[in-house]
Amino acid sequence: MAERVFMKGTEAIAEAAVRAGCRFFAGYPITPQNEIPEYMARRLPEVGGSFVQGESEVASVNMLYGAASTGIRAMSSSSSCGISLYSEGVSYCASARIPMVYVNVQRGGPGIGAIQPAQQDYLQATKASGNGGFRMIVLAPDSVQECVDMVYEAYDLAERDQNPVLVLTDGVMGTMMEPVVLPPMKTDEELAACRAKFADRAIVGHPLGQQAYCRPGSVGDGQEKVNIEAAAMYETWDKDIRVEEYMMDDAEIVFAAYGISARISRAVIRQLRAEGIKAGMIRPITLSPFPYDSFRNLDFDRVKGIIDVEMSIPAQMRWDVDYAVQGRCPVHEVLRSGGQLLTNDQVLKGAKEFIKEVL
Amino acid sequence: MAEEKKVYTRTKGIIEGAVSGFCPGCMHSTIHKIIGEAAEELGQLDNLVRVEGVGCCGLGQFYVTCDETIAAHGRAGAVATGIKRSSPNSLVYTYQGDGDLAAIGLAETLSAANRGENFTVIFVNNGIYGMTGGQMAPTTLVGMKSTTTPGGRDPQEHGYPMHMSEIINQLTAPYYIERVSCDTPQNVIKARNAIKKAFKYQLEGKGYSIVEIVTSCPTNWGLDPLKSLDFLREKMFAEYPLGVFRDGGEKKQ
Repeated sequence: MAERVFMKGTEAIAEAAVRAGCRFFAGYPITPQNEIPEYMARRLPEVGGSFVQGESEVASVNMLYGAASTGIRAMSSSSSCGISLYSEGVSYCASARIPMVYVNVQRGGPGIGAIQPAQQDYLQATKASGNGGFRMIVLAPDSVQECVDMVYEAYDLAERDQNPVLVLTDGVMGTMMEPVVLPPMKTDEELAACRAKFADRAIVGHPLGQQAYCRPGSVGDGQEKVNIEAAAMYETWDKDIRVEEYMMDDAEIVFAAYGISARISRAVIRQLRAEGIKAGMIRPITLSPFPYDSFRNLDFDRVKGIIDVEMSIPAQMRWDVDYAVQGRCPVHEVLRSGGQLLTNDQVLKGAKEFIKEVL
Repeated sequence: MAEEKKVYTRTKGIIEGAVSGFCPGCMHSTIHKIIGEAAEELGQLDNLVRVEGVGCCGLGQFYVTCDETIAAHGRAGAVATGIKRSSPNSLVYTYQGDGDLAAIGLAETLSAANRGENFTVIFVNNGIYGMTGGQMAPTTLVGMKSTTTPGGRDPQEHGYPMHMSEIINQLTAPYYIERVSCDTPQNVIKARNAIKKAFKYQLEGKGYSIVEIVTSCPTNWGLDPLKSLDFLREKMFAEYPLGVFRDGGEKKQ
């Protein structure tokens, strides 16, 4: 039933969510992700779903919290400064263990920043998407196809863990068009089966004595118990780590990049290889859990240096790279931010300067 | 032996044997009781969903028997929107105080009302923040002392009390708006009937309904329960007159 179409990233994200069974969407207009709510406003009524243009991001994320607490598949999306306002609802979902799925189409920051693409929400996304020190799986696509596949799969992960899942993409991926294979539409029976698993928790009304609660907090030692359970769940995520190791078999120069920066780095690596430089890349696909072992287990007799490529100033993913590398080789940065795009030439130039020093 | 007929019993909407935890003289427990009675009379206890605001409202979470989501402070209108649209057959109500509904949740409150969302708001207005210890609310009366208006609410600095039922009555979509109290047995019955009517309208798909209940807060008003009833009738009712603001089911010709 696979269907190959030419689609814009944002619209592909929305269609993938609908095919995964999303039947409720709330969102507030913000560039560069407006096509997601606009698509949902057209599409959800066709499948018996409901779309709400929230009065704010704060309201939208809390609508999502309410919708997801009934056991249906729901979604919201925003961008950077809008995502800051999601902190409240995401933290509530993490505490109440509600499987929410949301998308951040990153733009420049901090503050209102810029409407152009950036990767400046890495630390917020992976370390502190709200108060309380919870964690969540963060997926970072580097193509429209991966946007589709990750949104489609995000619901399964969120429901498995009863925890929020974030798809962290950016304004480049959101606004570009690529051919994609769309996944099959989940049937009503499949969705009913998903919902049935959590029927006793769904906030829809229950017979007396079978009350369902959605509690994002607790009294006495209740909250600590919730936190201990959540921490134990995070410990099971090693199996979920996903990473692309590109041309790494003999690599002496290792690019570290995710999302759009990884695409640009891949092109640069091919150019360097053509010039005889043994370059490769570690691309974290799950930013959380982060593939520390891919960096930790590098052969540092062979690897001469790491080039961290990000559309963020200062660098953010580098914190995780450094944590794994522990100074065993030099780490160089090639960065842009504030909505300024990295170019192949800039990455190539930055890489060559570094390579001259270390090779 | 004369046949005994049960004429009154504790509502099944409240957990058997549970103690509310509200202060002496507080009307929250009465309101919980009449919500339970209204839902029970409509045969809806198995279908009832409560979206709970933050503040003294939160004490109700260990007291009621229905399904329940705790909303972030002020967000009950948004959370209830998500729940009701995802589960349209559930009977959904929010339970919010004045700080929750009229201060931090003003946008969510008015926007849900303006969309005509098909759920019911139970708004408990006692003119003060209870749980946090007596700070000024948007509904605090002019001259009324609170911990953050130690000299009394001064309109020059703090503005005037907000009349939420009147403000919501400016919107076109809401179907039913009534302000009641629970200071006398008669008013308790009126309040229960108002809640029951709001629930009934929701079940009929009529849209947004709000029942504002003007109450006292003996603890934070610094008055004993009886004196707070005097203050309630003399001062609060003068600022917040009881009555029906709109009843879509009884449209005038």
